[in-house]
Amino acid sequence: MSEGTQLREARLDEIRREAELTGRVDLTGVRPAGSPMPMASPQTGYYEQPLLKEPQWTPLIPLYFFVGGATGALGVIGSLADLLGAEEALALKARWMALAGAGISASLLIVDLGRPSRFLNMLRVFKPQSPMSVGSWVLSGFGASAALSSMADFVEAQMGDSGFASALRILGRTGSVIFGMPLHNYTGVLIGSTVIPVWNNRIRSLPREFGMSGLQSAACLLEVSGHSESSALNAIGLISAGFESWEGIDLLRNSDRALLPAKRGFSGLLVHLAGALSGPVPIALRIASLFAKDKKRLRRLAAISGIVGSLLLRYGWVHAGTLSARDWRLPLQIDAGKS
Amino acid sequence: MTANMGHTGIQPGEVTAFLTDSTLCIGCKACEVACKEWNGIEADGMDFTGFSYDNTTALGHSTWRHVKFVEGTPEPGIGGNDAELMSWAFSSDVCKHCEVAGCLEACPTGSLVRTEFGGVYLQPDICNGCAYCVVACPFGVVQKNEDDGRAFKCTFCTDRQKAGLEPACAKACPTESIKFGRLEDIREETSKRMEVLRERGMADAQVYDPTETSVKGIHSIFILRGEPATYNLPAKPEVPTLYMKDAWRSAAIEAAAMVASVAAAFLFWKNSAQDGGR
Repeated sequence: MSEGTQLREARLDEIRREAELTGRVDLTGVRPAGSPMPMASPQTGYYEQPLLKEPQWTPLIPLYFFVGGATGALGVIGSLADLLGAEEALALKARWMALAGAGISASLLIVDLGRPSRFLNMLRVFKPQSPMSVGSWVLSGFGASAALSSMADFVEAQMGDSGFASALRILGRTGSVIFGMPLHNYTGVLIGSTVIPVWNNRIRSLPREFGMSGLQSAACLLEVSGHSESSALNAIGLISAGFESWEGIDLLRNSDRALLPAKRGFSGLLVHLAGALSGPVPIALRIASLFAKDKKRLRRLAAISGIVGSLLLRYGWVHAGTLSARDWRLPLQIDAGKS
Repeated sequence: MTANMGHTGIQPGEVTAFLTDSTLCIGCKACEVACKEWNGIEADGMDFTGFSYDNTTALGHSTWRHVKFVEGTPEPGIGGNDAELMSWAFSSDVCKHCEVAGCLEACPTGSLVRTEFGGVYLQPDICNGCAYCVVACPFGVVQKNEDDGRAFKCTFCTDRQKAGLEPACAKACPTESIKFGRLEDIREETSKRMEVLRERGMADAQVYDPTETSVKGIHSIFILRGEPATYNLPAKPEVPTLYMKDAWRSAAIEAAAMVASVAAAFLFWKNSAQDGGR
């Protein structure tokens, strides 16, 4: 009989003796090693309960991140191409898509609110310290500019050039560029400036990553809508995909524990898949399209890949945020040992 | 209102605070009940968690005071007297009413405001339920009520304070574990209490008031025994907007890069694709 077994036998005898003598057992129970008894301690936190609250956004919000990102970049493409006098048809379509995107964006945001009827409260105050407030104003400014811009296009098409039309045009195009710039990437600032560890850890890179992803999806959306032969769009697609690849490598090289939800599990899979679909895959397809016979088909494939990648990127990061909030160790600065 | 209602004598404009002293808490949950009754908060439901006597687990939209039951390995002196007994300590948690509050910074509607007593108050008639404050609180206090649509948190009983009354939880506390008063008085009381505890040999007692972090101090000071992590309190809570300037800088640089790329693309490939590929 081993020593451990003897101890346990002695313990059983002890319990029996106490029961015989007193009619009951008052001895304190021994906690078996590794038993699931919940504990509060500097090592286990408060019963391993998460300190932070999970994001309470509906799945419409990552969809908005995608639509808003593309919309802002579409506004910039449509206005800049026009100001530079390049590819008229493409620029016109980009501006109409930007206007539609602004409408869809606003709708998605309003429907997600707990009290949609109070959406105008967003414009009660302007708070530079709140990215949510800045974003609301930026989207409003962009929507107004896109509307002016498209109104100018409409007036010009109906009545030809006039002072009124060109005033609308200048105002709309300038506004679309000025507001389109923050609109296409502020959502990265928005989720970065939170207590969610996986987001806050990437506070500097998320605005870049979301921004370039927005630019790519804008170019890709134009390509699938019938402009798959524009060399300029191919160039934009290549630049943004190159940047997304670099961001992806940067994420992989960073071994911070807070980033695990963006690397492992389902959310990690989404982020990785998004990185591949908006990085190396479209680069390969776009370069191949320069030499292949069936250029259009390859360009379309690259565009679809970019759009899907951009969409998955937002869902992946938002889902990673939810998982990150559940990690009770990080905000309590408890060393994970093995994560 | 009669004199025995006990007017605090605190006028609007004076900054107030809680001191929650876990060494005096008996875990009766009177504060939770008083808070719910006074503020008319809905029930949390009947859950059994298995975490000591705590079936509420955390602060949330329907829990503004939350008594923690800290059960740990046997340790003589901590919460128990016997080396064989599990240690058992209690501490009533509440919104920290931060000096620099993440939720207040994040709120886009101006629903969250700083009150005349220095607390952070969520105006339910303004909140539109965008839920951004939920991910801005380093203490996980604010939560959106999915049924109602709005976010809720401790009001610091601003309504009672305006009427010269102490918050409901402090009033209901039978052991004065929850004290309420002017911030400077509370800080003084805290250090006095710490002296007493040290004299009695309670070496592990410590004050939780993170003034050294970007939160810059709280209006709900705690006296705890042992590490704050045991009580689910972060040792270094930070306001999430701490690095926001860097984020906007990144955004500005990337936006400039986008404009440059788009401009370059349309300038260089202007002529090679004039028909735009219709």
